[in-house]
Amino acid sequence: MVDSQSQTLGAHGGDPSTRRDFLVIASSALAGIGAACAVWPLIVSMNPARDTLAAGAPIDIDISSVQPGQQIVVLWRSRPIFIVHRTSDELKKLQDSADLSLLRDANSDVLQQPDYAKNWHRSVKPELLVLVGICTHLGCIPNFVPAPGGGLGPAWPGGYFCPCHGSRYDLAGRVFTGVPAPFNLPVPPHRFVSDTVVRIGENPPDSNFDFGSIEQI
Amino acid sequence: MARPQNKLVRWIDHRLPVFTFLEHELNEYPTPKNLNYWWNFGSLAGIVLIIMIVTGIFLAMQYTPHVDYAFNSVERIMRDVNYGWLMRYIHMNGASFFFIITYIHIFRGLYYGSYKAPRELLWILGVVILLLMMATAFMGYVLPWGQMSFWGATVITNLFSAFPGIGNDIVTWLWGGFAVGNPTLNRFFSLHYLLPFVIVAVVGLHLVALHQHGSNNPLGIDRKGPQDSIPFHPYYTYKDMFGLSVFLVVFALIVFFWPNALSDPQNYIPANPMQTPPEIVPEWYFLPFYAILRSIPSKLFGVCAMFGSILVLFIVPWLDTSKVRSAYFRPIYKWVFWLLVIDAFVLGWVGAHRPEGWFVVIGRIGTLYYYAHFLILMPFIGWFERPLPLPPSISEAVLKKRGPVPHAGAAE
Repeated sequence: MVDSQSQTLGAHGGDPSTRRDFLVIASSALAGIGAACAVWPLIVSMNPARDTLAAGAPIDIDISSVQPGQQIVVLWRSRPIFIVHRTSDELKKLQDSADLSLLRDANSDVLQQPDYAKNWHRSVKPELLVLVGICTHLGCIPNFVPAPGGGLGPAWPGGYFCPCHGSRYDLAGRVFTGVPAPFNLPVPPHRFVSDTVVRIGENPPDSNFDFGSIEQI
Repeated sequence: MARPQNKLVRWIDHRLPVFTFLEHELNEYPTPKNLNYWWNFGSLAGIVLIIMIVTGIFLAMQYTPHVDYAFNSVERIMRDVNYGWLMRYIHMNGASFFFIITYIHIFRGLYYGSYKAPRELLWILGVVILLLMMATAFMGYVLPWGQMSFWGATVITNLFSAFPGIGNDIVTWLWGGFAVGNPTLNRFFSLHYLLPFVIVAVVGLHLVALHQHGSNNPLGIDRKGPQDSIPFHPYYTYKDMFGLSVFLVVFALIVFFWPNALSDPQNYIPANPMQTPPEIVPEWYFLPFYAILRSIPSKLFGVCAMFGSILVLFIVPWLDTSKVRSAYFRPIYKWVFWLLVIDAFVLGWVGAHRPEGWFVVIGRIGTLYYYAHFLILMPFIGWFERPLPLPPSISEAVLKKRGPVPHAGAAE
């Protein structure tokens, strides 16, 4: 309809594009932008609300009673946080070159931890590991299986086993090759308020690591 | 058409032509005279959609979409609400039967080439309906807020984190929080209520596209004149009603005697965000797709393969290069079709088991075959296969087969 009109008008003036064409294009472009602006609040309303975000403030955990070889699980931002007190044997195994060759990202090159946890033990204190206990495959909670061997085969060095799709991680949350999970388990921001209290969700004073910047939770 | 006899009907029809419309789309609507029982499943799916919407509306009157109350409100429906158990069991098993019927309907289309010109858009609208059904069923399964609800929701929403760059933001947006929680449950309830009506709208378009050229038929040849057709009403309305009554017998058997046969007992445990169940399996109708997801050892490619296995259906009309619609006249494709059916069952069986040992191998072969069927076999068989000669018309084929003509002879 617009076409036939513009042709008639164009025949009059000799110019194929008319003032009406311009008005149609300009007003439909404006209406399109207006519609997009109107939809924006609806889409953004589905993001986490202010109170949900506020509930994600840092939490303090007393770890004085966590024995070597033991893990406790706490909840931060609706996510299970693993806090593990590793034994010296387990720490030695983390540096075993035979085991390291089986890892997908042994040096923690992918941004799945703060800068201060990018080391061979993936933590602030070597013995004390803090992890987000969510499999990077599809979000299940991996089981803590610290003992080597057993039901997971003779080669199992001890670590985490995800029951959903069989992903495996070592005791620093580093993922093994040949499993569906793509990344190491994330390390959340954490610092030691005292020797026995760890604060989860806050960086040490010298770091401004942004948890939102990690590759994947 | 004949003018309506009743004066009131005529008065209304002059202003609001619903009677003319029904007359045209039911009484006059010419339908091939040779449709077999595989053609029952389209209307059957429509009826089940209505059953789902009606029971769903009444269930929503009793349900509470909140993480603290959802599980208990469903148990209250089961124990305290008058006939609540009946409505819930119909709704719950209705979803399963909706998928059984739809899958048969899709395989019927694949066998008889119902997606070929001029019915490409009819087929594409059908695939859209399938996708909407899947989204609706998934969100509905989350609402009782049992263990499988919660962990199914976690696994499926996490699929989107596979997309590089924006994956995490998409997942947080889907959740409305740091994990699957109350905002997630609320929005799933809202969308679970909305999407069925979107399905109704797309079914409307599906029917408009269907009535433009009419039904395909087992011979896959066009109607050439009135001798090939019969009016939809009463012939196929009654055939559909007979099929419906058979379906209702089977449906009632399940609803009244084995109402939980198709569901996972884990979902009668309230959701616990701190405890993953020993094994997360989706509802049975998603198992073949779940098997495809799990058979690929890379997250991104696994997710792509799973979504791709449905998206590939969109281009089926152009992947099949054969000019002959019905597999009845296609000596090679006929067998390949049944291999696809077997493949779907095998994938479903693999999807129900942990991805270990032979299941991984079989799952990978099944996935490979699934894609090979659509992307390799369909185009190539169309080029090389020599179809059997087509009958000159529907009417001649029908009469030859079981006609009253004495000298027609027993052809088969």
